[in-house]
Amino acid sequence: MRDDTITTTAKNPSLLRRFKDSHLWHSLKKDKVAFASFLVFILFVSVAILAPVLAPFDPYDPSSIDIMDSELPPVWQEDSEAKFLLGTDAQGRDLLSTILYGMRTSLLIGICAVLLQCFLGVVVGLSAGYFGGRIDSFLMRIADIQLSFSTLMVAIVVLAVFQASFGAELYSKLAVFMLILVIGFAEWPQYARTVRASVLAEKHKEYVDAARVMGFTNSRIMLGHILPNTLSPLLVISTVQIANAIISEASLSFLGLGMPVSQPSLGSLISSGFEYIFSGSWWITAIPGLVLVVLVMVINLLGDWLRDVLNPKLYKD
Amino acid sequence: MSNNQQSVVTDKNNGVEESILQVRNLHKRFDISRGFLDSLQLKGGKISRKREYVHAINGVNLEVYKGEALCVVGESGCGKSTVARTIMGLLKPSEGEISFKGQRIDNLSNSQMLPFRRKMQMIFQNPYASLNPRKTITETLEEPVKFHNPRFSAAQVKDKVAEVMLSVGVDPNWGVRFPHEFSGGQRQRISIARALTVEPEFIVADEPISALDVSIQAQVLNLMMDTQQERNLTYLFITHDLAVVEHFGTRVAVMYLGTVCELAATKTLFSTPKHPYTQALMSAIPRLDAKNTAHIKLTGEVPTPINLPSGCVFHGRCPHANERCKIQIPALIVQNDGSQVACHAIEENRL
Repeated sequence: MRDDTITTTAKNPSLLRRFKDSHLWHSLKKDKVAFASFLVFILFVSVAILAPVLAPFDPYDPSSIDIMDSELPPVWQEDSEAKFLLGTDAQGRDLLSTILYGMRTSLLIGICAVLLQCFLGVVVGLSAGYFGGRIDSFLMRIADIQLSFSTLMVAIVVLAVFQASFGAELYSKLAVFMLILVIGFAEWPQYARTVRASVLAEKHKEYVDAARVMGFTNSRIMLGHILPNTLSPLLVISTVQIANAIISEASLSFLGLGMPVSQPSLGSLISSGFEYIFSGSWWITAIPGLVLVVLVMVINLLGDWLRDVLNPKLYKD
Repeated sequence: MSNNQQSVVTDKNNGVEESILQVRNLHKRFDISRGFLDSLQLKGGKISRKREYVHAINGVNLEVYKGEALCVVGESGCGKSTVARTIMGLLKPSEGEISFKGQRIDNLSNSQMLPFRRKMQMIFQNPYASLNPRKTITETLEEPVKFHNPRFSAAQVKDKVAEVMLSVGVDPNWGVRFPHEFSGGQRQRISIARALTVEPEFIVADEPISALDVSIQAQVLNLMMDTQQERNLTYLFITHDLAVVEHFGTRVAVMYLGTVCELAATKTLFSTPKHPYTQALMSAIPRLDAKNTAHIKLTGEVPTPINLPSGCVFHGRCPHANERCKIQIPALIVQNDGSQVACHAIEENRL
């Protein structure tokens, strides 16, 4: 990463200032697609965070929902009501508010699941790559086994068993945590493999030898010296993994194993609208679906751009 | 060679000079056998596991005296760097002993090794890879000071780093910069500074100038000589540049295929090389003055260290080899002028 080249002129520049001076920011400004994606992503994240302020209704509050308002179309269609901008769903919830809250849940699950994946993967990959030998073989075989189960299969089995044994009520309370745990545990080998590959490349460099000759402890060398040099590939796969995690959550919710109907994520919203699509209420599925597609797409585009920027071999200006 | 020089050398061999590092019968083998299933083979009706090794070091004996610069020369792949890395504990020796000031250090754990880390440091070959690209110079230099002196206050750490940076000719104000903002020579100075932060007595320098521009080489070399004087350092200097050896070294060890074939005071070695390999090596130095120097041409290639030749490792290419050389491994034998040579022909006065 070259985000620190020009900063030495000013002593101890602030983080924002450093970012604005950085190569990352300049290349973001030049790349129109990436810049647009960045703006859309920032917009989505901020409206998701500010959902309680921005949303005209609280979809979690049953008293604000009137069943008589159900299946109203968006404002540009006939028979619509002006206060429901994007129409309502089958239960009479304002679709715009529900989408804002749902995006919040989706992003929360996506980001937290990726953090969990990242933590597990970094711990495993760093130890495997640094210590090598049998530890490496053992940990990587576990990763291979984990990868041989598809994420959705693991998630369906775990969530279905949990729901069956502890009941739907407890499940609906813990749904967010369960989804984070399941998606986090199912995909850590992606990180482990990436980190291990970078560690293998880094650990033979002389600065690692220099640290060993200094007598630094293994954990200090691993975390303080090698890990910072493996961050670029981590950053890139994180973007892809967030998109994947959001999709996984949406798929699980669509299958009825995700968020409960009372606290819909984008996926469960799409799923709940699916029953009404043939009765003409296309908007309950289509609008959250569109939001999901755009959200995942901008994250993927950002990841694509980041991969190009952080790879010096593809360096272009 | 002056008589003066000779007497110093004999003094050293009599043990008058204080020995700081001893390497005894050092062997290092690298296992290059493939995976377990690949290495199985059927031999005479029995399944056996075939193991292959690279014999990087084969019985090296060295003694480094306090205050000297012992240069180790030899061609690529002769095990110079492996010797350096084994001495520093980056590699575990397969056989043999390494002692620092009489204490054996090759079998110590990381924590037991810690007190020795302050006394022995290393300078690396490639200044572009030996500094962590994500740490500023100050961070790189402060870390060892803080690590080895946990009681130092922030100001003491800062002073120490500034002192070391000044002594290697790097402005302490440049500390906020990252390694990629420096030239190769500056980076090598910073590497030297890092080694000096813990105030070592003994420094292993693994080809510290071979990656540098020729104009910078002299600067770094002079810096190393100045610091040697100021801080009373002892060097083990790995190089393949004979001109540097002549300029820098107190004594020289010539290595060939993982063995030391000649060990002598620099002047002795350059004026009267004795081992046939050293002679060939010396005759290959281009000289401006002598036009009619007869080059000794060695035929063939360096044998592979996987299947070592029997006897003297040099016998296949040596013009003076006889039957004994093919069978018996020669030991280092002290000569009249204090140099040590591992050659049967010298011992038998055939040469």
